[in-house]
Formats: sequence, structure tokens, C-alpha cells
Amino acid sequence: MHLVYPAVLAALLFAVGVYGVLARRNAVLVLMSVELMLNAVNLNLVAFDAWLRDSLHAGQALTLFTITVAAAEVGLGLAIVLLLFRARGTADIDRATALGDPAESLATEEPPNGAEALKGQAAA
Amino acid sequence: MNVAATLLAATGSLEPAARSFLSPTGQEIVFLLVGIAVLGSAVVAVTTKQLVHAALWLVVALGGLAVEFLLLTAEFIAWVQVLIYLGSVVVLVLFGLMLTKAPIGRSPDADSKNRWVALAVALASAGTLVTLVVDAFRTSWIDLGAGGGSASVTGASLFRNWVLPFEALSVLLLAALVGAIVLSRGSKRRVPAPRAGRLRAGRPVGSNGTVAATAPRPAPEAPAATTPEQEG
Amino acid sequence: MNLALPALVPALPAFGAAATLATGKKAPGLARPLAIVPVAVSAVLALVVALQLGTGQTLDAATRLTPTGGPDIALALHLDGFSSLISVLVGLVATCVQVYSTAYLKQDPRYPSYAALVSLFTAAMFLVVYSGDLIVLLVGWEVMGLCSYFLIGHHWETADARSASLKAFLVTKLGDVPFLFGIFLLGADAGSFRIPDVLAAAGEGRLGHPTLIALLLLAGVAGKSAQFPLHTWLPDAMAGPTPVSALIHAATMVAAGIYLVARLLPVFLLSGAALVVLAVMAAVTMIGSALCALAQDDLKRVLAYSTVGQLGYMAGALATGDREASVFHLVSHGAFKALLFLAAGVVIHAAHTNSISAMSRIPGLRKRVPDAYWTMGIALFALVGLPPFSGFFSKEAVLTAAEHAANGEALTNSLGPASAVPQAAGWIVLISAALTALLTAAYATRLFLVAFHSPAVAGAAVADHEADAPYSPELDEADPATAEPPAMRWPLWVLAVPTMGFGIAGLRSDWLPALLDGGSLRPSGVTAVTGTGLAVVGVLAAYGAWRSATARLGTGRPAPAAAGRVPEQAGAPAAEVIVADPGRTLLGPLFGPARHGFGVDRLYHALFVRPVAAAARLVRFLDREVVEGYVQGSGIGANLLGRAVRLAQTGNAQTYLSALLAGVVLLAVLVAV
Repeated sequence: MHLVYPAVLAALLFAVGVYGVLARRNAVLVLMSVELMLNAVNLNLVAFDAWLRDSLHAGQALTLFTITVAAAEVGLGLAIVLLLFRARGTADIDRATALGDPAESLATEEPPNGAEALKGQAAA
Repeated sequence: MNVAATLLAATGSLEPAARSFLSPTGQEIVFLLVGIAVLGSAVVAVTTKQLVHAALWLVVALGGLAVEFLLLTAEFIAWVQVLIYLGSVVVLVLFGLMLTKAPIGRSPDADSKNRWVALAVALASAGTLVTLVVDAFRTSWIDLGAGGGSASVTGASLFRNWVLPFEALSVLLLAALVGAIVLSRGSKRRVPAPRAGRLRAGRPVGSNGTVAATAPRPAPEAPAATTPEQEG
Repeated sequence: MNLALPALVPALPAFGAAATLATGKKAPGLARPLAIVPVAVSAVLALVVALQLGTGQTLDAATRLTPTGGPDIALALHLDGFSSLISVLVGLVATCVQVYSTAYLKQDPRYPSYAALVSLFTAAMFLVVYSGDLIVLLVGWEVMGLCSYFLIGHHWETADARSASLKAFLVTKLGDVPFLFGIFLLGADAGSFRIPDVLAAAGEGRLGHPTLIALLLLAGVAGKSAQFPLHTWLPDAMAGPTPVSALIHAATMVAAGIYLVARLLPVFLLSGAALVVLAVMAAVTMIGSALCALAQDDLKRVLAYSTVGQLGYMAGALATGDREASVFHLVSHGAFKALLFLAAGVVIHAAHTNSISAMSRIPGLRKRVPDAYWTMGIALFALVGLPPFSGFFSKEAVLTAAEHAANGEALTNSLGPASAVPQAAGWIVLISAALTALLTAAYATRLFLVAFHSPAVAGAAVADHEADAPYSPELDEADPATAEPPAMRWPLWVLAVPTMGFGIAGLRSDWLPALLDGGSLRPSGVTAVTGTGLAVVGVLAAYGAWRSATARLGTGRPAPAAAGRVPEQAGAPAAEVIVADPGRTLLGPLFGPARHGFGVDRLYHALFVRPVAAAARLVRFLDREVVEGYVQGSGIGANLLGRAVRLAQTGNAQTYLSALLAGVVLLAVLVAV
């Protein structure tokens, strides 16, 4: 088999996963898309292992490890999503922007203190 | 296998033109068709507006990938994929959807407003990767001999060469387990268990923790203002 | 002689000043002794030094103080007859003033600082008089200016005092800057700052720029000695305590300029143009100030303008090349003007007002202050210049010098050729001095009559002073119980002695002329008669005008001269003239302008003060709006930049990740493709 087949499939699957991670609103769906990306990686590993046929069978071993780690990760990830849901009442990632630092509107912004003090002194 | 044979296999045999891209073998055709299915279901999984359906389409995609693994002679991995991914991961995902009260049926706001940027990035990365891959492996062929991915081979390899990472992985799993339990236990502000006891006269609030201590009946339900506890 | 004595003379009051400042707060009982004793001892030492030096001798001693790139600065002593005479005058007047001040400022909380500054001032004047090096003289000059600033502003609670002290400082500094350059130029031309070297260079004609030097030095003299056009500070300086006026603005500081020109007269004699300029300055000053004195309502301002005019006399004498006459007049004027100011202080304290029109309405004022009345009379007699008091002889000396210069035989007394003095200078000085003699007599008589001899007008409202007259009252801090405390009385009599007798002493050729340049100080016959005649005419004119004014006062008819100037008297009721002021009659339409100094102050205000104030406002505007604008703009700019950057901080993890991956893809493309 031409190596291109599994490699291209993995690449495209990866890209689909990327789209899912960046575009989906629900946190669980994001985790799903991460799974897609990991699976693309697994496919790559297996394909290259089949191509290389090395003595360590590194590709397959690593695939197994990846699957295991992915399972652990999705378990923990869902626990975190549940915590987020409990705290916020929603699993919407777009609502979880507490770490952001948006600019206040111009109306609420106050001028620098130095000018005020100087003008106050001039008037006095 | 020694290095030379490896390299020989890697670069493909020196036989002329028996393998050509334009005359695919049977495995390739099957691979292609299953690949289309996998890709299609993955695309649907990330674009559908029905969240639970997305999980189910994920099942299809992952299952298709298991078939691909079989085609690539990695049987053990194929079954592990089915077992772990289809058996537990997707189930977990479904549980997650249920516990976060994901809407059943269409939800119009399943995609964030980021999606156009996401589409652009995804297309760009797809284009880049595919170009690179095709360009790099234009003349590489896999030699699909059966048995390279059987359980005995994989097991022997694991327990001879990969023991330490294997054990470390089990520790990782333990850590993940413990972590998941800790995370899901909730905050420390918990309503104490109700005690059996006599009706007491009015006690000031907070002396024993909560109002619950003064009432005869158990009141595990904290007022709605506090974080809802979900034992689970 | 032992050089320690002349060195002690300036040093003692300086130490006294330091000691007074140091102990003023902690031991206020020491303030009075520390004020009087060092100055008195210094005065005695100055007399001793003068006696030891004798006549016709000069003492020079120097030690190098600072090497400079050019001529070195030396701590030098130059004693001769002039310095002897003036130092004794300074010592006498300073001692009298310190004693007087103990009573005049009895209730002043800041008396220690006042006494210290007066002592410091005295030390500086001694330094100027004794100094043999121009730069050391300049140091004394500037310290005097500084002390004058502090002392005029002694009652700094009042706005008058503050502005007067600042004005005095600024105007004298305006003259001091060219003065400094004049000294530098003189030192550069002569190759040395020491006075004997400079005089030798002048005598041998080695000075390259005598006219320029002379004109630059004249600027400083004009400032310090209150000559036109830098005279405006002296009348306003009357806001300071009266003893300060007596010391600084009558006898000593203003005399420093005259003393300097007298010292460096050989330099001035090298330039006829400078002498003419000096003569013109003196003439304008003399006549203008005499006219102004005739119109003032404030007693001290009359005396201030009188000082300005008499300094014009001295400057005129210098312009004719005769420094003997100038210094003779300086010393006798110092005595009687100090006496006048001190007596005025007593009168003001007794009358509780500065205004002579207000005093005129106090019945029996002269009975309350008999000593001041009589000594003031003596001093005014000397001011008018009638024999036999000192004023007559010194004024005649000036007129004689002018007459000789006008005839081409200037009395330079071997300092320079007689032809060095242009005849024009002589004529200018002669005519203006003669006219001023008349006017001086008029205003002195007016002062005496209006303040002490006005008939009481029954039922007249007693206003504090005339509404449109410039008036600088000062705080009355003497003992309110007595009108004439003893400490304020006997300095008057002490000063009355030289006022009466100094002139006659000047006639003895073995004393005063020998002390100075050796020329005779006897008045010539023509000038004696003319001068006395003019003075008598002035007295009679003033007396006559006063009589008619008093008579009109009695009948209630307004003075004819007043009718055409109703706007000037807008404050007073139209037809009622409550003061018998001969000045109005004598001056006629000039009365109003003369009262306000002929508008010189207003001119300076418009020419200098307003542009500077406008420039200050412009600078403030530029700083506030333009420079501050940039400063604020940088803050605002940083703010905007931050706001722009913060647009990326949405908090949305997917946005961040998209950006990250896009960057990775870009990098991958760039690297691989």
C-alpha cells in the first residue's frame, strides 16, 4: 500500500479535529475533537510502524500508550468539565472568559491623576 | 531484521513498477473507501448541531479507524481501539454530555463565532500537512505482511522492550483515577451530615456550621445560593 | 598702624550680626546689647583709625584672596582721608540708629533679625569704604543691597513692604549688572582689580575704554544712589521702618555710589562724555525730585525725594570733577538727613500717622515732641542751606565747583586736568543746582509749616491721609505711653551737633581739606550770595503760599489752583479744602503729576512689568497646555495602545488556540515551503 493513503487520511483527520477544537462551543465536544486528533496520530503511528517494521515495534507500542493516555485524559478532562459546569451552570467555553482582560469603554475610563491634581492646584 | 533489510523494506523494493499509484491494490481500495467513511463521519461529528449525534458519529469514525488498523495488519491495536475508545471513551463522553445537561435535539449555538477562523486554520493546516506528506512519501510503499501486529508479537514486544513505560503508564492511570475522584468530590464547604438528636432551642446560625444543626430533620439541601453538591 | 584695627572695623559688626542671629530666639535679652555694642565699638575704632592715619596719608595693604585666570582678587585695604571721613560718619549714624531702634521697634517680635541685618549692613558699608580691591568692594556693595531688601521688607506682613523691598532689589540689581561688567572691564584694562593699580593706570592713560567703563559704572551708581532713571525704588522704600530709612536710604547705602565715583574719579575724568551724562542725570534727578517732594503728603516720602535730590547734588559735584565738594556734601547730608528721618520717626510715632495733612490737623503736635520739633527744624534749616549750618557750606561747595567747571577751570585738585571736565557739564549742574536750591527751600518750609504750624480747623473731619496721595504706613512698635522715649531722643541731639557744626569745621584748611584732596572748601562770594538768595526766595514763596492757603482755609474758599483739577480730588467733597497746602499753590497744574512721581512708575510698569508678566503667563500657558499636553499625551497614548492590545485578551481559549495554530501553520509553511 502506498504510504500516502494512511498518511493523508491521518492529516485530514487531524485537520478535522483542529476545526472541531477551535469551532465547537460545548466543552465536551471539544474533548471529542481532541480524541479525533489523537486518533489521527494513532493512525500515523500504525502506518509508519507497518512501513518500517522495526524490531522494537515502536509504532504499535506507542499507539497503545497513546490510547491509554487518551483514555486517562478524557476521564480527567470530563471531570474538569463537570467542575466547570457546576461552577458556571454551563459547559459553554465561550462563557469561560474570566481570564480575559477586556478594555473598558471610554466613558468609564478616568483621566490620569496627574492632570487632575495640577489643574486643581492651578485653580486654587 | 537487520538494518539493511529494514532500509530495503523502507525504501521499497527495487522491483520496477509492480506497485504504482495509479493501479491500486485491493487493500488500497478498501482503505480508501473506509477512509472516506471515517472522514465523512468525523466531519459530521464536528459540524452537526445535535450534540448527542456528534458523539454517535464519533463512534462511527473511531470504528472505521479500527477497520483501518486491521487493514494495516495491526489487529491487537484494532481491538484495543474498539475496546477502549468505543467502549469507554465514547461512553464517558456521553456521560459527560448527560451530566452537563447538553440539549437533546438541535441546538443552534453548537458552534462558536470562532468557526470561520477555525475553518481557515483547519484548511491551512490540512493543506500544509497534505502537501508535505505527499511530497515526502511519494515513493514509499508499505509491505503488508500479515502477523506483524498480532497479540503475541505485540505482547512480547511490550513486555520485553517497553516494560518501564508500561509500568509508568499504569502509574499515570492511577494518578488520573485519583485526580478524577478528587476533582469530582467538590468544594470543602459541605453541609455536614444530619445528626439524630432532640429538638434544640434556637441556636445562632453558624455556631455549628449551618441552620441544619438546629432542626430535627436532615437538611442536606443547602440553600440554592451555595454551590449545588453533586455526589458523584 | 596696626592693621588689626582697620580689619576689625568691618569685622566686628559682622560678628555682632552673626551672634544676634544665633542668639535671637534663645536669649532675646541679649539682642539689644549685641546690636549696639559691636557697632559702637566699630565706630570708635573707625575714629581711632582715622586719627591714627592723620591727614594727607594713604594706607594700602593687601593679601591675595583668590587667584583667577586674569587679575587676581586681593583682600585689600585702602585707607585715606575719604575713607576716614565716611567711615566715621557711617559709624556715628549706625550707632545712633541702633540705639534709636531699640525704642522704635520695642514691641517688634522680629527685632533680633532686624538688628542683625542692620549690623551686617554696617559691616558691608565699612567693607565698601575700606576696601582696596574692586571685587571685595563689590561684595560689600551686594551685601548692602541684600540687607536693604530684607530691611525694607521687615514688616513683610504688609503688601506695601513686600512689593517695595522687591522693587528696591530689582531696580538696584538692574543697575548692578552693568556695574559688574564695568568692574570687569576696568580690571581687564588696568590688569588688576586693586584700586591703587586702577588709579595709576587711569592716571597714566593705560585704560583702553574709559567711556564705556564710566558709563557702565554709572549704571550701578544710578541704581544704588537712586538717580534718574533708577530712582523709583527709593520713595517706595519708605515702607520699611524709619531707622532703616535713616541709615540706609539717607546716610550710607545711597552714598556708596557717590563714594565709588569719588574713589574712581580719575577714571571718570578720562571721559568727558561720561561726565556730561552724569551731569544730565544729576540735573534731571535734582529738579524732578524737588518738584515731587513739593507735592507729597507722606512725610517720609518728602524726605525720600529730598534724599534723591541731594544725591543729585553730590552726583552733580562729581560731574564737575570736584570730589571734595561731593564728599563734603555727602557727609553733611548724611548727618542732617539721618537726623531728619529719626526725628520724623518720633513725630510719626506721636501723631500715629505719616501724612502731613493729617498731622496738620493734630493740635499741639509740636508741644508733644519738642526734641523732634527742634532738631527737625535744625535739620531742615541745614537742608535749605542757610548759614551757619553745615548744609550751607556743603551746598556752596557744590555750587562753587559747578561755577568753576562752567568757566573751564574745574576744581579737580590734581586728579586730572581741568580741561577734562566739559564746560557743558558745569553749566548744567550750576543751573539745575541753583533751581533745586530754590525748590529745596520751598519744600522744606512747606513740610515744617504744614506739619507743625497749621492752625487748627474746628470741626474738620480727620482723614488718615489724602485720598490720592501715595502713602506707605508702617507699624508703630514704639512704646505707646511716651511720645518721645529717651532712646529715641538723644540720638537726635547727637546728630544735631555735626548738622550744625560740621560746615564751619570744613573751613579750617588744616582739617577737612587736608583730609580730602587738599583743595579749599570755602565758598566763593558770588555763589554764596546767589545760593543763599535763592534759598531765601524759596522759603518766602512757600511761606507766602502757606499764609494764603491758611487764610483761604479759614474762609472756606477753595484754592484757585484746585478748581481746574477736580478729578484729582474726587475723594474729597468738592468745595472744601481741609488742608492748607502751599504745594498746590506753588506747583499749580504740576501738583498732580508731581505727587505721583511724574508717572515714571507707570511708565516702567507698562514698559517692563507688564511684558514680563505677560511672558510669564505665556510660559505658564506653554508649560500647562503644550508641554503638559505632551506629557499627558504620552500617558493617553500608552493607554490607547494598551486598550488596543487588550482587544486580543478575550479570555476565550479557542481564540487563543486558533491564533497559536495559525502561527504554527504559518511557520511550518515558511520553513518547509
